[in-house]
Amino acid sequence: MSDFEQAFALALRLLFSFDPALIEIVALSLKVSLSALFLAGLIGLPFGAAVAVTRFPGRGGVIILLNAMMGLPPVVIGLLVYMLLSRAGPLGVLGLLYTPAAMIIAQTILIAPIIAALTWQVVESLEGEYSELFRSMRVPFHRRVPTLLFDARFSLMTVMLAGFGRAVAEVGAVMIVGGNIDHLTRVMTTAIALETAKGDLAQALALGFVLVLIAITVNGAVIVIRQAARRRAYA
Amino acid sequence: MRIPATFIAALSLFALTAGGAAAQEKSLLVQSTTSTANSGLYDYLLPIFEKKTGIKVNIVAVGTGQAIKNASNCDGDVLLVHARPAEEKFVAEGFGIERRDVMYNDFIIVGPAGDPAGVSGMKDVEAALAKIAAANAPFVSRGDDSGTDKKEKALWKAADVDVKSASGSWYRESGSGMGATLNTAVGMGAYTLSDRATWLSFANKGDFDIVVEGDDDLFNQYGVIRVDPAHCPSVKQAEGAAFMDWLLSPEGQAAIAGFTVGGKQLFFPNARP
Repeated sequence: MSDFEQAFALALRLLFSFDPALIEIVALSLKVSLSALFLAGLIGLPFGAAVAVTRFPGRGGVIILLNAMMGLPPVVIGLLVYMLLSRAGPLGVLGLLYTPAAMIIAQTILIAPIIAALTWQVVESLEGEYSELFRSMRVPFHRRVPTLLFDARFSLMTVMLAGFGRAVAEVGAVMIVGGNIDHLTRVMTTAIALETAKGDLAQALALGFVLVLIAITVNGAVIVIRQAARRRAYA
Repeated sequence: MRIPATFIAALSLFALTAGGAAAQEKSLLVQSTTSTANSGLYDYLLPIFEKKTGIKVNIVAVGTGQAIKNASNCDGDVLLVHARPAEEKFVAEGFGIERRDVMYNDFIIVGPAGDPAGVSGMKDVEAALAKIAAANAPFVSRGDDSGTDKKEKALWKAADVDVKSASGSWYRESGSGMGATLNTAVGMGAYTLSDRATWLSFANKGDFDIVVEGDDDLFNQYGVIRVDPAHCPSVKQAEGAAFMDWLLSPEGQAAIAGFTVGGKQLFFPNARP
């Protein structure tokens, strides 16, 4: 039991001493996961919306695939990206393995299907309400996707949060493609894995508390932004 | 719309600044066994080397088997591991230039205070393992093809115990690193084989202690190898050579000897000049 108290005290001490090592890994965690979120949003939002508004042969298959890919284990994606970026792999010449860029790529692949699949669901239900209107106003296809995405923006914020949560919490992919290199690719989750391996469970748990705190802060910020924006939009 | 736009702008900034931050400075990548990293040896050694040469050393700490695999994919400039036959094979297959002894310590068997197999204080490791097997006392194996795992398998073979058929009963393969395996062993009150460095710097010992040590068969030699640029053109030759030469130099060897945890020396330099 003393481990819990010790971890709690340690987490508070780490936070309020503004430990430079902690700030470095927190900053890298945010940088990697927010970048991955941005890229995955760029891919997933329009793709999910496009699948929702179009009818084409094989559409059911695409939807099943998207939903299934939400369950891809991070370690499999890590392995895949390792094999691509390894010097012996097809993209080895880029020299990206063991850099933050490799971690961003892996996390983007991890969460883009999640964002696409959830976006599809959100937009599809909205499209049901809008389709008559679109048809009567003769809205061309290339205007429908942005319109639906814009009008669903508050629900899509939650979708983006789900993606961010998955990215910032995963350890399997960034461990393999980042290598947990001190001052270069060490993030919150790989640091926690390392402290656990050293048997320093209190330190590991303290870092875990900090990670939870970051998640709460990000989620809280988004909710505040959403409420402010909603007030303005519907005022 | 204004707020999401700023949000997206901030995100793009993150995305733009995220890549290639460490590309400018001189650096090299070491594929390493975990014990040297988890014990804090690199935290002690690397600042000395970096101050002297200005070369930043990046460490990827994985099991010896994975480290060798990564290095043969050219994903590293120097290899520092502890499984001599596998190291020699790496060089013989043309992946490495030459293998040099750099330092040693030893393996130990750790176990719970209750000592269910009654092996505490034994010197002969094979006899102790045979006794653990005879008692069906739980034993946690790394099971991850690391240097320690290779050593452990060889010791069981020497003790003439067939652990394969016992896997899942008293013999349990964790398939993970030394630290995780020690956590598992402590959690289930099982014996395990560890390198001394990881054990001494391990913080979650519970009521565990060293039960078997001092057998010559428990010798643990660490070797260092430069990845061959003929096989891997991307290798950072000059930086890799500088690091390896420094490790083997009197200065580097003295630095290794100077690293202690709780007043105990963890690695003993033995490079031949």
